Amino acid sequence: MTAALALLRRDIALAFREGGAIGVALGFYLVVVAIAPFGLGPDLNLLGRVAPGLLWIALLLAALLSADRIFHNDYEDGSLDILTMGPLPLAVVAASKSLAHWVTTCVPLALLAPVLGLLLNLPIDTIPLLVLAMLVGTPAVSFIAGIGASLTLGLRRSGLLLALLVLPLYVPVLIFGVSTISAAVTGPGSPWPPFLMLCAISLASMVLAPLAAAAALRTSFS
Amino acid sequence: MTFSLNTLANPSRFLSFAGAVIPWLTALTVILLAIGLYQAFFVAPVDYQQGDTVRIMYIHVPAAWVGMGCYALIAIAALGTLIWRHPLADVAAKTAAPIGAAFTLVILVTGSLWGKPMWGTYWVWDARLTSLLVLFLLYLGLIALWQSIEDPGRAGRAAAILALVGAINLPIIKFSVDWWNTLHQPASVFRIDGPTIDPSLLTPLFVMGAAFFALFILLHLIAMRAEILRRRVRVLQQTQVAQAALS
Repeated sequence: MTAALALLRRDIALAFREGGAIGVALGFYLVVVAIAPFGLGPDLNLLGRVAPGLLWIALLLAALLSADRIFHNDYEDGSLDILTMGPLPLAVVAASKSLAHWVTTCVPLALLAPVLGLLLNLPIDTIPLLVLAMLVGTPAVSFIAGIGASLTLGLRRSGLLLALLVLPLYVPVLIFGVSTISAAVTGPGSPWPPFLMLCAISLASMVLAPLAAAAALRTSFS
Repeated sequence: MTFSLNTLANPSRFLSFAGAVIPWLTALTVILLAIGLYQAFFVAPVDYQQGDTVRIMYIHVPAAWVGMGCYALIAIAALGTLIWRHPLADVAAKTAAPIGAAFTLVILVTGSLWGKPMWGTYWVWDARLTSLLVLFLLYLGLIALWQSIEDPGRAGRAAAILALVGAINLPIIKFSVDWWNTLHQPASVFRIDGPTIDPSLLTPLFVMGAAFFALFILLHLIAMRAEILRRRVRVLQQTQVAQAALS
């Protein structure tokens, strides 16, 4: 447990000190949302209606932008080799690295979302729910990205391949994430049933995804 | 001699088995397809609402059975690769993916050709169409992963993991898409209270289903044989290069 926490703390510190990565993801999120009105037209009613979906899709893309880094640096400098041979189970290593990706990428993105929501005319009283749904749903994003990152470790064009592999798996997160907020904005029905489904998907992927990621990491070393 | 899947695990024995089966299976496929297509296009009655467009169903529905069954085959083969290191499981999964993708594409294309006169549009974002589109994307992801990893051993295991992740995700995707939107008609062939389709339509459908499964097995056997031979050529080339380097 202490080893896993130490690893988590190390990964978070590395991500913050490396610089750039978090800023780039946030900038990408801002740019994607900012160019959307040029494609859809400036009609505020329309933007308000598509805002939940747009915010979620842009968040997924921004999170994937840094997903191929989850294992990459440690793979390059050899620390992943040492972690593979160490006492920590590989699934715990994968889980802690995915969690570090969540803390350093998805949490900042979710915290930026309210500002972007205001740009897109999302009703103010639904914004706390937006942040809550994103914070609850994004662990699934990071942990599934961990599977993709471990499968594509060390390949050419790994980032593009990762997106192709992982984006179809995000369909449930996207559906329940968007319908939570849409239910609050336009109805009908309560936002809580899809919200609870979102919690379930996140919890299930936090348990299962590290196992798949660990198996995939083993294939790239054997 | 006991005949089991383990007997076929030896690639040489598999090759001779495939060589013996392929001509017979080709004949069976051609006969079944001929009967099925004839019945579907000339014998089966015209639907009172859909007219002749109902005949698209005889391609669409069997392709759907095969397209989805193929993913199940890949998932089972993935277990074979990861648990038993079965030498042919990896070959089976790798060669099944492009065939499954092709059948899934047939489902999507025939479905949209049927949708234009019936629903008035080529494509609707309905639950079943959307989950099949996701299935197609999963196939593409599998193929892309195989193409990107050079070492066949690693490629096989990585793709097996992805196939299993996809197999766990498919029911979740199906469920969430159902939650999201539903327009496609409910299942009408396999139901507890018996099929709701008239036998005059059902018989050609089952003949076409058998024909498509035979076609799938035939294509799969041919592709597996080609893949095994390709790997042998690769090994021969490598040993040649190694020998040339030594001498």
